[in-house]
Amino acid sequence: MSKIPVQFTLNGTEKAVFVDPGANLLDVLRRGVGDLSPKYGCAQGTCGSCAMLIDGELRLGCLTLAEAVSGARIETTGGLQTGEEPHPLQTAFMEGFAAQCGYCTPGMIMAAKALLDRNPNPSRDDVIEAISGNICRCTGYQPIVDAILTAADRMRGRIA
Amino acid sequence: MTLCTGRGFAAINYPIGMNLGGDPSQALVHSTPDGKFKVALSSIDLGQGMKSVTRQIAAETLGVPISDVYVDTADSDTGPHCMGSFASRGTHRVGNAVIRAATEARRAMLEAASEELEVNAADLDTDGQGNIHVKGAPSRSITVEETALAAQFKQGRTLSGRGIFLIQPSEADPDTGEMSPVSCFAHAALIVDLTVDDETGEVDVTEINSAYEVGRALNPKLVEQQLIGGAWMGVSHALYETTEPYYPAREHGPTDFNDYLMPGPGEIVPHNIAILERPAEDAPFGGKGPGEMCANPVIPAISNGVYNAVGVRCHDLPITPEKVLRGIRANGGARPQGQPTGRR
Ligand code: FES
Ligand code: FES
Repeated sequence: MSKIPVQFTLNGTEKAVFVDPGANLLDVLRRGVGDLSPKYGCAQGTCGSCAMLIDGELRLGCLTLAEAVSGARIETTGGLQTGEEPHPLQTAFMEGFAAQCGYCTPGMIMAAKALLDRNPNPSRDDVIEAISGNICRCTGYQPIVDAILTAADRMRGRIA
Repeated sequence: MTLCTGRGFAAINYPIGMNLGGDPSQALVHSTPDGKFKVALSSIDLGQGMKSVTRQIAAETLGVPISDVYVDTADSDTGPHCMGSFASRGTHRVGNAVIRAATEARRAMLEAASEELEVNAADLDTDGQGNIHVKGAPSRSITVEETALAAQFKQGRTLSGRGIFLIQPSEADPDTGEMSPVSCFAHAALIVDLTVDDETGEVDVTEINSAYEVGRALNPKLVEQQLIGGAWMGVSHALYETTEPYYPAREHGPTDFNDYLMPGPGEIVPHNIAILERPAEDAPFGGKGPGEMCANPVIPAISNGVYNAVGVRCHDLPITPEKVLRGIRANGGARPQGQPTGRR
């Protein structure tokens, strides 16, 4: 079967790749484009480690057809920092020990970003709801929820 | 429907590592020409903090800044031999090997510096900031970087060290059967508060209060987070996780992790921890390492809590609503045990 040309922007940079029909976006980003920040967990939509933003919406890379993202704007944790400056979510995760093995972290951060983009002042329950599609094996979730609330506070201009 | 409250207690003495066939770990330390140190290990970091802790141990022993130490655990093909990351042995076994390797590398570093400064190596000390100076005369000094350059480009010497830590195999005494399977013990005790719904059989852990004794907490924040995450894994093991849930026949059972029940962020259990420090003599800087012990005592404490709440003893895991309900039915109703009056 012939390959399909797909164009999209990844973290603000234009990308053009040829993909196999039926290839999933996670594979294309990791193997084709070389963005290793979204993680390969289950490849069946249950763990959330491949979560990313497509046109501002939280999506699972492993369940997204690569050929369907033509013209889309894709954001991953690989592009969150500004220059050397980490995103407030990244800083809060580091400071709050919200990553142990770190495998869930990119998905958690993108799920959190999707929440904060539409609700800068979330409650604890909002945060729990927002990351409920993401599984973490290590932390017991508490430091992740705390880190997201801390980042939200700081992004609203208040130092927690 | 009644929510029955229960409280369960459990304590643990946890052996660090194992030695039934001997338990060795090796470490290799060497410096680059610019005076940074690489530590090669074959026990990997699964998120428990091995890299952070061995990095601290190496920097402390070498007497150099922690930012100048890099730990490489990438490849057991090329790294020195180690039994691995299990049995809560990482901090203790690998940490001890790192101390030995870093001690040898420090000796080589001070010898190289002594040649440059033309003093006896025994008169030299490090300031932990990247300098080596004559004891009592801090102005007579050389940087670690200059020392490494001189060693490798002038003196033809490596700044390196090898370390092995071995717990000997323990043979059973033929008469008494007595043996000594471990080197040191960590300890914990915890209290679990929970509720059991006597109509659905569902168990909800509401709070954990615990004390963990881990030797010296080499990295207190990492220790606390490892304990919180590990205890939560214990909750998960006690109440949720199984590859054989509920179904009477195997062909109705799950075939992949889609159907494997793990608690999510909605099941966070508030957990208050007191970390007690009783440094162990044979441990690196006294640190035993929390390891598996985070999770173990949670399970019997929950089981005891369920018994306390409704009088049902579950003898196999996980403690599913079905098992609790069958127990309640068999008892002819919930039978709270020894409940103090005025329980909140
Ligand atoms: S890898 Fe996509 S949800 Fe697990
Ligand atoms: S930090 Fe290991 S899975 Fe979340």
